[in-house]
Amino acid sequence: MNLNSVLAVAKRDLRNVKRSRGVLLPLIIVPLIFVIILPVGLGLGAPFLSNLPASNLEQTARLVEQMPPAVQEQLAPYDTVQKMLYVVLVFLFAPMFLILPLMVSSVIAADSFAGEKERKTLEALLYTPTTDAELFLGKVLAAWIPAVLVAFAGFIVYAVCANVAAWPTMGHIFFPNAMWLVLIPWVAPAAAGVGLATTVLVSMRVNTFQEASQLGGIVVLPLVAVVIGQATGVMYLSTGLVAVMGGFLWLIALLLLRRGMRAIRRTTLLTGRGSDS
Amino acid sequence: MDTVIQTNGLTRHFGANVALDALSLDIRRGEVFGFLGHNGAGKTTTVRLLNGILAPTAGQARVLGLDPSTHGAALRRRTGVLTETPALDERLTATENLRTYGDLFGLDAQTAASRAAALLERFHLTDRGNERVSGFSKGMKQRLALCRALLHQPELLFLDEPTSGLDPVSIREVHELVRQAAREQGVTVFLCTHNLVEAQQLCDRVAVLERGRVMASGTPRELSDELGTGHRVRIEVEPTLHERALQILHSAGVEATQANGSPNPGLILRCPSRNEVPQSLRLLIQAGIEVYAVVPLEASLEDVYFALHADGEKAV
Repeated sequence: MNLNSVLAVAKRDLRNVKRSRGVLLPLIIVPLIFVIILPVGLGLGAPFLSNLPASNLEQTARLVEQMPPAVQEQLAPYDTVQKMLYVVLVFLFAPMFLILPLMVSSVIAADSFAGEKERKTLEALLYTPTTDAELFLGKVLAAWIPAVLVAFAGFIVYAVCANVAAWPTMGHIFFPNAMWLVLIPWVAPAAAGVGLATTVLVSMRVNTFQEASQLGGIVVLPLVAVVIGQATGVMYLSTGLVAVMGGFLWLIALLLLRRGMRAIRRTTLLTGRGSDS
Repeated sequence: MDTVIQTNGLTRHFGANVALDALSLDIRRGEVFGFLGHNGAGKTTTVRLLNGILAPTAGQARVLGLDPSTHGAALRRRTGVLTETPALDERLTATENLRTYGDLFGLDAQTAASRAAALLERFHLTDRGNERVSGFSKGMKQRLALCRALLHQPELLFLDEPTSGLDPVSIREVHELVRQAAREQGVTVFLCTHNLVEAQQLCDRVAVLERGRVMASGTPRELSDELGTGHRVRIEVEPTLHERALQILHSAGVEATQANGSPNPGLILRCPSRNEVPQSLRLLIQAGIEVYAVVPLEASLEDVYFALHADGEKAV
């Protein structure tokens, strides 16, 4: 396998992504909401949480009581509002943060695979000396690398925003904890892999970027389930659980990618289009 | 002269549809080979098979000494393909398109940049090099796609309808480029076209394809001699009597048209058999129309093509 060919394919796809407003907009807006607007809004709004009805504060107290003793010990020095802020910014937002790499890789993969079909630019690419594996890997990297970079950069921005905005309430740097230090380097790249692999497989069955990105977006649902699970106290993301979750996501991503790589063959890509003459 | 493309019984089915049926070709280096046929005749399928982006159902092919099915990547490094539709990255500029394909063909940045500049200059696109392709006209896109096909200086060039959508000046330039590439640089050109005038002007040899089967092949002259009607004549009569002469001929069932656009004015008669030429002339003379000249016309590739397709239609 020629690395230069792989990079050439990836560079081409990224050049195309950079020029599409339809692709770039969700890639800018969603991270903006998750890494800046939500933590800043919550941090700045925290001083007003004490005005909430007593029942809401009690609910937070109950949620904390359901957490493992180690976490309860960690939260012990905090008052109710501080606990509420910590639980939301550290625990509840963790699975939501994973939506970022998943969404970024899924949108780029939809543009790269289904979008290529839609723009009818695939044939010219197939006539280049790249092998099927180089073509596939180049397209996968074009979606995966930006997703991981967005996750890493987003994490840094989120950390700064959360600590700065919550400073008046917390009075010290509380973010990240150990769980996040596993989540970002281990789970986020795996989530990006699952997002793109799912979209690659979906893209083989649809013909437009819109269809692929919408269907590929279904992969977000398990993360929503984790958010709900945490909010209702059914589960909580410990460092160990996050490490296991990462391993599970890597396994799914690699299995799906292997399936995509086997399915995408130059000699069969054009035959389904009915354009032979 | 060594063989560049050799196929033996090359066949491709799509389900029950036979897109290409037992194609056997032998194309030599530096040749301009015309592949003629209607839309759907199997031309594009052949180009795909010969470049290893489609696998044959049966038969073998060797292109530049390589089997496209097993050595596609190495082969494609040495071939250039102008696809039926330009298939350009329309979000990118013309220069970016060429730079991108330079990367994909393994050219270093400097070589790609200098070749891209020279090609854009040659196809009059230098001024538009930094504009996005989405704003280009159909002809400009076609010229840019040609630049892309030539960027890595291929030994074998596949051109699928290269002059489609081009203005007359650009068409002449493409023709000049094909001749120059073949004669001066020894590039072999596989030209898919349904422009018969173009094929006659450019091609050393042609094959006529109908529903995936080669109906005839040879030099344009060979095909004309072998398959042309041979009974086309141009006659000169008083121009004011053209209309009347045509009426007389048509009512007698003779195919006749006015020689519009020809440097030699007159009427063109297409007679099914040689005997009908004097009979047609007699009709005109009997009607009092003087015939000043009768010039036999050589059958064109167009005549051959239509004759073959008429036979094909009858055979179905």
